[in-house]
Amino acid sequence: MPESVAPTTRHNAMNTPTWPDELYEALMAADVRQVGYVPDAGHRRLIERCHANPQLATTSLTTEEEGIGLMVGAYLGGQRGVLLMQSSGVGNCINMLSLTAECRIPLVMLVTMRGEWGEFVPWQVWMGQGTPSAFESMGVLVYRVDERDQVADTVKACTALAFNTRRQVAVLIGQKVIGTKPFK
Amino acid sequence: MPAATLNRRAVTAQLLRKRDNALVVTGLGSTTYDACAAGDHPLTFPLLGAMGSAVMIGLGLAKARPDRRVLVITGDGEMLMGLGSLATAGVSRPQNLAVVVIDNGLYAETGMQRAHTGHGVDLATIAKGACFASAAVIWTQPELDALEDRIYSVAGPVFATIKVTAEPTPIALPPSLDGTYLRTRFRDALLGPGAPD
Repeated sequence: MPESVAPTTRHNAMNTPTWPDELYEALMAADVRQVGYVPDAGHRRLIERCHANPQLATTSLTTEEEGIGLMVGAYLGGQRGVLLMQSSGVGNCINMLSLTAECRIPLVMLVTMRGEWGEFVPWQVWMGQGTPSAFESMGVLVYRVDERDQVADTVKACTALAFNTRRQVAVLIGQKVIGTKPFK
Repeated sequence: MPAATLNRRAVTAQLLRKRDNALVVTGLGSTTYDACAAGDHPLTFPLLGAMGSAVMIGLGLAKARPDRRVLVITGDGEMLMGLGSLATAGVSRPQNLAVVVIDNGLYAETGMQRAHTGHGVDLATIAKGACFASAAVIWTQPELDALEDRIYSVAGPVFATIKVTAEPTPIALPPSLDGTYLRTRFRDALLGPGAPD
C-alpha cells in the first residue's frame, strides 16, 4: 500500500479544509450563477455548497464535455458559470473547447489534479500529466495553484481574466492542495 | 419501419413559424442549414462545430432564462454524439426546454452513411428513459401539426424525433460563420447591446 503523503483527503475535525469555502465565496463574489460538474472527491465540499444554494443552478454532468455546452448556454442567456472537473476529464473536452474559442465566450474551469503529488494509481498519471498541454493546444490559459491559502486568490484572478477579456481559463488545483487519495 | 414522408425544410419552417420570442439552438450540419433556409434570426444560435453540444447549450440557456421557451433543433447524428446530455437535461427537468431531432437515419453531411437511428435506435425511447416529461416519434403531417404548438406550450423537457426523407437540400448559411459575430448578435438581441459579460 502507498506510503502516506500528507496532506491526505481524510481530514479530522481539526483539519477540515477551508480552501473550498474560500473558493465558494470567491465564486459568489464573481456573480457566478451556474455551476456544472462531474463528481470529484477534490471538489466534494464545493459541490455540496453549490447544491445547498438555491440561487445557483448546479448541474451534474455525465461527462466533462457537456459542461462546455452548458457554460455557452449560460453565457448566451446572460449568466456567468464555472465548470468543475478532475484532470482525468480534461481530454474529454477538447473538441468542445473549439466552441468557446471560436465564439470568444468566457470560460472558467477549476480542475483538481490527479496523477502527480503522491499518486497511487499509475493509470491516472497520463491524463494528469497531459492536462496542461491538452488545454494549451486549444488556446486555454492555464494557471496552477499548489498552496491552499492561494486557491481563492488565484480563482478570483482567473475569473476576472476570463470575464474581463472573454478568454478560456483553467485553474489547476494541485494534488498537494487536495491531498493524495488514500487506498487503504 | 414505415417510410418517412416529411421534408426536413418544410418541417423546420413549420416549427419555427410560431417561435414568437423563443430562443433557438440548431445543431451542427443540416439542421443549422434548415433553420437558415427558414429565415435568419438573431435569436437562433446556429452551431457550425462542436458536434454533440446542442442539447447542453439549450439546457444552459433554459436555466439562465426560465422566462423564455428554448427550442433545440438538431440532427439524429448530432444527438447520438451527445446521448448523455439527454440524461443531464432530463434530470434537470427544465420546464421551458424542447428538443426536436430531425431524423433522416443518415449522416447527410458526410456522404449519406447510415446512422444507428437508421438501424432502429429509437431516440424518443431513450429520451423517455432519460426522464423527459414527454417524448414522441413523428411520422405524419397531422402528428407534426399537433407537435407545432406543443413544443412551445407543454411543460418540458419535451422531446420529439421527426422522421424525414433523405432527399438532398441545398446548403443555407447564416450571414456570417464567425462565432464571435453570432454570439454577440444573439446576446445583443436577448440582453440588449453592451450587456455585462
